[in-house]
Amino acid sequence: MSRDISRRSILAAFPLAALSVSALTACGGGTSSASGGASSPVSQADIDAAMKKDTKLTFWTWVPDIQKEVDLFQAKYPAMKVEVVNVGQGGAHYQKLRAAIQAGKGAPDVVQMEFDKLPSFTLTDNLLDLTAYGIGDLKSDYPAWVWDGVSPGGKGIYGVPQDTGPMGMLYREDLFTAAGLTVPKTWDDFAAAVSTYRGKNPSSMLVNWAPSSEANMLGLFWQAGGRPFSYDGTKNVKINLTGDAACKKVTSFWNDLFRSGNIGNEPDFADAWYQGLNSGKYASWLTGAWGPVFLQGTAKSTAGKWRAAPLPQWDPSKPASGNYGGSTDAVLKSSENPIAAAMLARFVNTDDKAALTLANEQFLFPPSTKTLKNPAFADAPSSFYGGQKVNQQFTDISSTVQEGFQFLPFNDYAASSYDKTMGKAIGDRGDLNAALSAWQDDLVQYAKGQGFTVAS
Amino acid sequence: MAAYALSMPFMIAFTLMIAVPLAYAGYLSLFKKQLIGGVSFVGMDNYARALTDASFLGGVGRMALFLVIQVPVMLGLSLLFALILDSGMLRLQKFIRLGVFLPYAIPSVIATLMWGYLYGKDFGPFAQLAKSLGLPAPDFLAGGNVLFSIMNIVTWGFVGYNMIVMYAALRSIPAELYEAARVDGAGEWRVAWSIKIPAIKGALLLTTIFSVIGSFQLFNEPNLLRVIAPAAIGQDYTPNMYAFQLSFVNQDANYAAAIAFLLGIVIMAVSYGVQLTANRKEKAS
Repeated sequence: MSRDISRRSILAAFPLAALSVSALTACGGGTSSASGGASSPVSQADIDAAMKKDTKLTFWTWVPDIQKEVDLFQAKYPAMKVEVVNVGQGGAHYQKLRAAIQAGKGAPDVVQMEFDKLPSFTLTDNLLDLTAYGIGDLKSDYPAWVWDGVSPGGKGIYGVPQDTGPMGMLYREDLFTAAGLTVPKTWDDFAAAVSTYRGKNPSSMLVNWAPSSEANMLGLFWQAGGRPFSYDGTKNVKINLTGDAACKKVTSFWNDLFRSGNIGNEPDFADAWYQGLNSGKYASWLTGAWGPVFLQGTAKSTAGKWRAAPLPQWDPSKPASGNYGGSTDAVLKSSENPIAAAMLARFVNTDDKAALTLANEQFLFPPSTKTLKNPAFADAPSSFYGGQKVNQQFTDISSTVQEGFQFLPFNDYAASSYDKTMGKAIGDRGDLNAALSAWQDDLVQYAKGQGFTVAS
Repeated sequence: MAAYALSMPFMIAFTLMIAVPLAYAGYLSLFKKQLIGGVSFVGMDNYARALTDASFLGGVGRMALFLVIQVPVMLGLSLLFALILDSGMLRLQKFIRLGVFLPYAIPSVIATLMWGYLYGKDFGPFAQLAKSLGLPAPDFLAGGNVLFSIMNIVTWGFVGYNMIVMYAALRSIPAELYEAARVDGAGEWRVAWSIKIPAIKGALLLTTIFSVIGSFQLFNEPNLLRVIAPAAIGQDYTPNMYAFQLSFVNQDANYAAAIAFLLGIVIMAVSYGVQLTANRKEKAS
C-alpha cells in the first residue's frame, strides 16, 4: 500500500528557470534541528500537561482516510487540533519534506516515513529520537525485524511502525492446476515450475520481475539472509553486495531465469503490467503483504482465482521471508510540540481501535503482534482469494522475517543506481551478475563522493 | 524619468523572477555539499566535472541528435500546412486549421500518456494491427527506437503551433505582390518559393529558435515514458532529467546548478549560431 510508487507520479514541467528556483529552495537555509528534542525522559506529568494545552499539529501522510484515526486522537485529546496534509505519494512526498526542512519552515510535526527512507532522514539529523518520549515500551509489541526498522542498528527510535510488507507469493490456482503445478516449496522447485509452465503456455509466464525493482529485490536478498548494507549513525557505511554470498546467490538465480526467457521483465505498476495480471499473462506475483488488497483492486476480473502462499524457500527447514514496503510515522526534530507529536504518532498506530481500523478499513498490513493476532483481522476470509484467510497467511509469514537488515542512509540514490545497473540488465536480459558488481561500484563511488567512509 | 517609471514593473519582475534566481544558482554552482562534511567552496570544480560527465554529455548529444532530425521535420511539415492553408485551395479550411492545431492544446503529459498507450506492444493498436497481419509487433519503446518515438510525440504536439505562427505571417503579405507575380507568369509553387517563404523569414527564424530551446529542455515526454520503458530511458536521458535527478535524488543541488548553467550556455550558443547563419544568408542574398 505505502510502497514507493513515485515512478507512477507525474512530474511537472521543468524548464531552466524553474530548476534554478528549485535548486534555491533545495539548498537554502541551513540545518534546522535547533528546536525540540528532549534527551532526558519526559515524565507522565509533562505528557499530561502537554496534552491538555491547546496545540496545533501538522501531519503529512498519504494514507487514505487517515482522518478516521486522527478523529479518534482528537476525541481523546480535545485540546489537539491536527491538520492532515497529503503532499503527494512516494517521491513527491520526500522531495517536499526535504525542501521544507531546508527552508527551515513549513515542515510538519509528524510525517509518514517508509522504512527504507528513515535512515536517509536520521543521517541529516531531521528526525526526533523518540526514546525519551516513552516509545521504547512499545518494543515488545512488535516482531524484532519491525523494530529494527524504526531503530536501525539499535541506536535511537525514530518512528512508530504503521504498516509492513512481509513478502509472499500470490498465484493463480486455476492456472497452476491447469499446468499440473503445485505451489513451489523451494526456489529450485520454482525454477522448475517456471520452465514447465512456459512449456505448456508459450504466450504466458509464471512470473514477471520488473526492471525498477530495488525494494522488491532487497526483499529477496533479505529472505536469503543477505545483509549487504549497514550504517553506524556517524560516517561509516558498509556496502557489500558482491561480497555477500546470499545477494550473489539470489542475483545468479534470477540471472538464469531472465536468460532463459521464461519469465517476464515488464515494468510494474504500468498499464501493460496491470493488463498482464488481469489477463493471466502472469500467473503469480511475488510481493509484500500490501499486495493482496492492491491486486484485488487491479485484477478484478480474476476474482476468486488467486491464492496466497509463502515465498519459495532456500532452506525449507528454516522458513524465511523478507520485507517489501511499509511505513512508520516519525516526528521531526523541528517540531515545536514534540510531546504532542510523539503522542499522535503513537496513538494512530497503536490505539486498539485506530490500529484495527488501519488494518481492516484502510488495509494497511499491521506491524504489531497484537493486531496481527486479533481474530477480527486474522480470521477474515477473502473472497478474492477463494475464501482463503489471506491475512492469516501473511501473519504467519511476518513471523518468519529475520532481523538485522538495514538500508543505506541514501536509499533514494541506491534505488536509482539499481535502475541503471541491475534494472538495465533486467530490461535487456543482460548479465545480472555483472550488473551487481556495477551497482556495488556505483554505490561505493557515490558514498565516497559524499564523504562516507566505506567498508565492504 | 517617465521611461524608468514605465519600465519599473518589468524590471522588478525580471530581477526577482529571473536575475536573482539565476545569480543564486550561479553562486550555488561554486560550492559542493556532502552528506557527510557539509558545504565547501570548490570554485569551478563542478563545471570541470560536468565537462567530463558521460551522463551530461550523453544527454546533450542525444538532444543535439533530436534537434537535427526532429526540428527540420516538424518545421517542414508546419511550413507545408501553412502554405496549403494560405493557398486557399482547401475546402473546410477552418476545420483543418483547427484540427492541425488541436494537439498543441493537449497538455504534453496527457499526450505522452496517450502515445505511451498507442506504443504499447501488448495491446496498443499498432501492435494489434501487426498481430492480426501475422507480423511481429513493433517495439516503439526499445532502446534504439525510443528517441524516434519521442520525436513523433513532440512533432505531433507542435506542428500546429508552428503552423499558426507561419500562417499568421503569410496572411500579412500584401496581396499586390501575388498579383504582380501572376502577371509575370508565376504559378503557385513559384509564388510560394520566391515570395511567401522569403517574406516569412522572420517567423521561420523565430520558430526555429523556439524549437532549439524546446529540444534541449526536453523533460516531460521522456520522463513519463520512462515509467513504461525504464531500461531504454535512463534518469540521465536528457540534461533536464539529469539535473532533476541530481538535485532531488542524489541530493547534489550544487552540481545540478552547474549542469543547468552549462545547459543554458549550450542553448544560447546554438540559438546564437542559428541566428548568425540566418543573418549571413540574408546579407548574402
